[in-house]
Amino acid sequence: MTAEIAPKPPLAMLAELTHRCPLMCPYCSNPLELVRKERELETDEWRRVFAEAAEIGVLQLHLSGGEPASRRDLESLTEAAAKAGLYTNLITSGVGLTLKRLKALEDAGLDHIQLSLQGVTDEVADSVAGYKGALKRKLAVAEDIAAVGFPLTLNAVMHRRNLDDLPATIQLALDIGARRIEVACVQFHGWAEKNRAGLQPTREQVAAAKAEVDDARKRLRGRLAIDFVPPDYYADYPKACMGGWGSTGLNVTPEGKVLPCHAAETIPHLTFANVRDAHLGAIWRDDPAFNAYRGTDWMPERCQSCDRRDLDFGGCRCQALAVAGDAAETDPVCIHSPFRARIDAEIDENIGEGGGGLEYRRFA
Amino acid sequence: MIPALPRGVRLRHDAVRGQDVLLGPERALMLDPIAKEILSRVDGAVSEAAIVDDLAATFGAPREQIAGDVRAFLDDLGAKMLVTFHEGRGHDG
Repeated sequence: MTAEIAPKPPLAMLAELTHRCPLMCPYCSNPLELVRKERELETDEWRRVFAEAAEIGVLQLHLSGGEPASRRDLESLTEAAAKAGLYTNLITSGVGLTLKRLKALEDAGLDHIQLSLQGVTDEVADSVAGYKGALKRKLAVAEDIAAVGFPLTLNAVMHRRNLDDLPATIQLALDIGARRIEVACVQFHGWAEKNRAGLQPTREQVAAAKAEVDDARKRLRGRLAIDFVPPDYYADYPKACMGGWGSTGLNVTPEGKVLPCHAAETIPHLTFANVRDAHLGAIWRDDPAFNAYRGTDWMPERCQSCDRRDLDFGGCRCQALAVAGDAAETDPVCIHSPFRARIDAEIDENIGEGGGGLEYRRFA
Repeated sequence: MIPALPRGVRLRHDAVRGQDVLLGPERALMLDPIAKEILSRVDGAVSEAAIVDDLAATFGAPREQIAGDVRAFLDDLGAKMLVTFHEGRGHDG
């Protein structure tokens, strides 16, 4: 199927350079089936993809993984992206970055760094990352990032085990000189779904976090920008997933598959094109996976006629499939969905007594 | 006060969309012509008051109205950390 009207150009591309990572976070957004090093795109292939991305209108490039610093060619990939005119953002755990590499990345034209944070105490940070010394390592890297002068965003992934530490987390962002903090509550797909019983925050925790964010935004206006992603399952309406399927962004996996969102591979009837076989622009415009849920024609009547249609675009396709059994259903988080009761049942099931062991992300 | 674009924030013309954009950490703001006129005068040396004077003279518009628009626009970008402010030797202090 070919789109009758050409879609608007994509704004952002997430390049998952590798699935290799020294951390083992149990909510990793990578798929359960990880791509091994031998199948990763090579340096020249990524360079070509970055050039194609710039050509079709991508402005923001997120260099991610896994841990992107696990790629020894990260510096030359960054240079190629910057030369193509892309705004380059490195999404990193910090492990594998040295002062020397950071200086090389500066020379390569890197614009911004987003550093992940698992917790503000060694106990929480190291146990969530499955990596001894994770927090100390990050704080050392943050010092090096400040020494080079990169603008820094702290990406704090929050859940039941660390949401009560939000005030200290925001303070840490200030202490390390971050300009932004993303307070991102875990969404339960993939690895996180396996660990839901150990990670799902309570309604009270989320309400307290919202109040803290409101207060901190006022207090720290002009010093720290705070982006807050609350969990959708305590809300009445779904998130505008990806700003609408195939409307704003795309994701390239380590082996070159092009996805409308990072979890799209969980929708089994979709197949995905590969940058090894086609130009990124042709994939964006014509690939059936991108056109499957683009626009509003695919929506059920209750979404089509809803006054929130162009606000949340029917929500998340992956969640519709996982909970309602149909990727073309209304996101079951929505109070108008006939499947909302299943979301509430899942919440109740996973409000444990703080228990739930964690299954760490690792290569099978 | 003197507004500035901090490191990692820059103006760019996007040839694909035929539009000016402000690029910053994980943000791309499409700029209308007025926003472009304001931001192209933000260089870290010229004060906000001088920017307003320049715009009022260039477009022959009432200074007070322009001052309000510029303040609201820069204040919003300041909250997003896309513009920072410092006190320098600008003539308005």
